[in-house]
Amino acid sequence: MSTSDAVGASDEVNEQVTTPDREQTALAPQASSSPSRSPWRRAARDFAHNRMGMTGLGIIIFMLLFSYLGPVIYRTNQITNNIFKTTLPPSAHYPLGTDAVGYNVLGRLMVAGQSSLEVGFAAAAIAAIFGTLWGATSGYLGGRVDSAMMRVVDSFLAIPSLLLVLLLASFVTPSVLTMILILGSISWLATARLVRGEVLVLRTLEYIQAAEGLGQRAWQVVTRHLVRNVVGTVAVQATFEVANAILLLAALSFLGLGPAPPAANWGGMLTDGLNYLFDGYWWLIYPAGICIVLTVVAFNLVGDAVRDAVELRLQR
Amino acid sequence: MKRFVFWRSAQALVVLVIVSIIVFSILHFLPGSPARAYLGIRATPGAIRQFNIENGYNRSLPVQYWLYVDHLFHGNLGFSYHFDQSVSSLLKSDLPKSALLVGLSYVLALLIAIPMGIAQALRRGKLLDHSLTTVSFVGYSVPQFWLGMLLIVLFSVQLKLLPSEGPQGASVGTVLHDPRGLILPVLTLTIVTVAQFSRFVRSSAIDTLLEDFVRTAVAKGVSKRGLVMRHLLRNSLLPVVTLIGLSLPGVLSGAIIVEALFNYPGMGWLFWTAATTRDYATLMGFTIVVGAATVIGNLAADVVYASMDPRIRYQSR
Repeated sequence: MSTSDAVGASDEVNEQVTTPDREQTALAPQASSSPSRSPWRRAARDFAHNRMGMTGLGIIIFMLLFSYLGPVIYRTNQITNNIFKTTLPPSAHYPLGTDAVGYNVLGRLMVAGQSSLEVGFAAAAIAAIFGTLWGATSGYLGGRVDSAMMRVVDSFLAIPSLLLVLLLASFVTPSVLTMILILGSISWLATARLVRGEVLVLRTLEYIQAAEGLGQRAWQVVTRHLVRNVVGTVAVQATFEVANAILLLAALSFLGLGPAPPAANWGGMLTDGLNYLFDGYWWLIYPAGICIVLTVVAFNLVGDAVRDAVELRLQR
Repeated sequence: MKRFVFWRSAQALVVLVIVSIIVFSILHFLPGSPARAYLGIRATPGAIRQFNIENGYNRSLPVQYWLYVDHLFHGNLGFSYHFDQSVSSLLKSDLPKSALLVGLSYVLALLIAIPMGIAQALRRGKLLDHSLTTVSFVGYSVPQFWLGMLLIVLFSVQLKLLPSEGPQGASVGTVLHDPRGLILPVLTLTIVTVAQFSRFVRSSAIDTLLEDFVRTAVAKGVSKRGLVMRHLLRNSLLPVVTLIGLSLPGVLSGAIIVEALFNYPGMGWLFWTAATTRDYATLMGFTIVVGAATVIGNLAADVVYASMDPRIRYQSR
């Protein structure tokens, strides 16, 4: 938080990042260094030794299999409803019962997981790409352009994110695609700030001067050299953004602005369960909530572990 | 210092102007129009034209924006057709209710999060730290409305202790007549907020513990109590000032989710209604007020931070 921290951290970046990349620019700009010495390999190894991170990764893989492979093995009708079989308690035929319009809850959890995960991943990807470009451009160009670009980021941050999302969502027809675009369009701000901070340090390094001296244009320096060196930071932030997007999608569904049935997402399922709080229909309240919490915790765990691994990489 | 305050204020003003332009553009470029929202889908083109002329919507966008800003400077936030009253009177009735709900939760959250974060930092890597970290991890991974639902199931349905609905009433005075109704909404918000705040306090306290003056104090033989009270608390609470500044907009904008779940009509609820009924004036006025609060909160945090900690003087380019 304090300025001294920022300076300390940037010094580390300064020392460690220079060496491998200087080699790269001088010798073979496109080729990666030898496998045994690759800092990314080491980071991957550090990650593999992090128990919390691996737990998180395990949960994410499980959720992906559950959502995408699950419906292939366990086929259920998630399109048409069945009003003769509503809110049935769990039984051999319906392991998690049925919901208010007769959908099989277990099958619906799988389908719902697809949209929740898709929205999370895609929104985070948009945020990562756009945020990196915005931050790198701003930091690299500096001066007035930098001030102007950062004031835009500040301005978007000045409006609470849920309000901005709600405002945008109230004007479009909710679908997985529009949710991705809306959540992506507000998730890039933090990434842009972080990337700009790093680029401010990176751009003073010699290899950037060398690239400029060789006559590379601004966009080439940004895309070839700067973006590559902030990949670690961006990856960490993107992991957290997946978690955020899944939570925001759930919140939007709760407010009635999520994708409408027969489309399903975990947040929407929970919202339906809201009507049965007093009836004791636990299968409409707990399973979808547990799925959200598990997934979001998992992405946060992975994000933390990746950050530790990347920071270790920088310390070497 | 003066120079710093001046520059930060100038920046804040620019941000506020951009915020208003962003919201103004969003409202004007998205599908739908105030005339349609107010007159309905069956309105004739003539009626629409009439409405647009009467309300100045036929002017060019920059002119409309300028008129809006002009009204703003005269203290006029516009008129809500949906609620049939001026936006400022809407804000006047809803803002205090949200401020009560969110303010109360934030104060409680700070009172819990500060000791919690510091205890974690002092026992870093031990069982206490790990278990509290896990708790806060889950705390901010839980969808707010689900947490609220679980609390309702536990306290209202099973234990039958507390009402599942927030207190009803048009003003803070009437709301306070039914304080029991406030417990669950405040509890929901507090739990979520503690999860965020305690992580912040923890990392700030860990940073402080690594400082030289802490080592000196320990070497001098300062008691643990003295260390925490005199050295640790004071220094690790500085960043919390920032946190409080950043929380200000939340106090004003309310908590949409909690307000909707517990049927507690405040600012969040107002915004939701305005967004779903295309109430342009309310949306615009609301965002301006909340944006201003954010900008002022940030500014105040920066200035207080810089004046409290003489080691830090921001560069005022």
